[in-house]
Amino acid sequence: MASTQSTESTESTQGTRAEPIVPSFGEDAAGRKLAIICSKGDLDMAYPGLILANAALGEGVETHLFFTFWGFDMINRRTMGNLKLTMLGNTATHLPQGLGGLPGMTTLATHQMRKAIAELGVPDVPEFLQQIVDAGGHLWACRMSADMQHLGLDDLYEEVEDIISASDFIEKTDGAQLLFI
Amino acid sequence: MPTTTIDGHRIQVDPEGFMTDPAEWSEPLAEALAAQIGLTLTDEHWKAIRFARQDFADQGESPTLRRASVVGGLPTKSLFALFPQKPAKKLAYVAGLPKPRGCV
Repeated sequence: MASTQSTESTESTQGTRAEPIVPSFGEDAAGRKLAIICSKGDLDMAYPGLILANAALGEGVETHLFFTFWGFDMINRRTMGNLKLTMLGNTATHLPQGLGGLPGMTTLATHQMRKAIAELGVPDVPEFLQQIVDAGGHLWACRMSADMQHLGLDDLYEEVEDIISASDFIEKTDGAQLLFI
Repeated sequence: MPTTTIDGHRIQVDPEGFMTDPAEWSEPLAEALAAQIGLTLTDEHWKAIRFARQDFADQGESPTLRRASVVGGLPTKSLFALFPQKPAKKLAYVAGLPKPRGCV
């Protein structure tokens, strides 16, 4: 095999043992920061932010999530365990749009998606948030969304650090890469 | 695939350095691999490593963090403490397994 030979030849030409091949777990992520703005409350739009946050944390990236507008449903204790998938206006279901308006279709679509997600070993929203916090992630709630919905910190998922303004979030994530979902 | 020598152990690795033949792994080698990435193995590390080895044998894939915590009973927080920054990858490396490929 070519690659084996090249390793051997490096060793012999140098006359000393070559440096071992070790993966770089390095400090390449050090200082990297990710800010994710979650603005949607549909079940299918909750997961992209959660999965990316989890992946970033697993790579050693400092990660902050900001829940705003409909994304507030992800951290509202009353709704977070009960997000829904609707076929209406969602052409990615590849089913006739008219079907989505029939009674019970949202419940059915939601049930199917929950099942598919659980089969992949992916947690539901509240448990996923806990995993993100356990991995060192930060959860922030949007001040304006809280005011609009007349909600306080007590109404929100307990691991949410604080209710902050958009400008506070921008300040906290100075220099971060940003995702808006 | 390249081969490399770590503390006297000659092993086959992928281009990044993850072992490609789990049968070449041994406990003394794990100590040497850990040392390469600045870790000293404790009983808690070994618990995680044994789980990862067993899970790979059962599933044919390196466990993700989620699997290690749910199936292996190893809390996420402690995995980050044991294998700082990139726990799933570091655990797989020390356990002589391929880089994990799961998303969650």
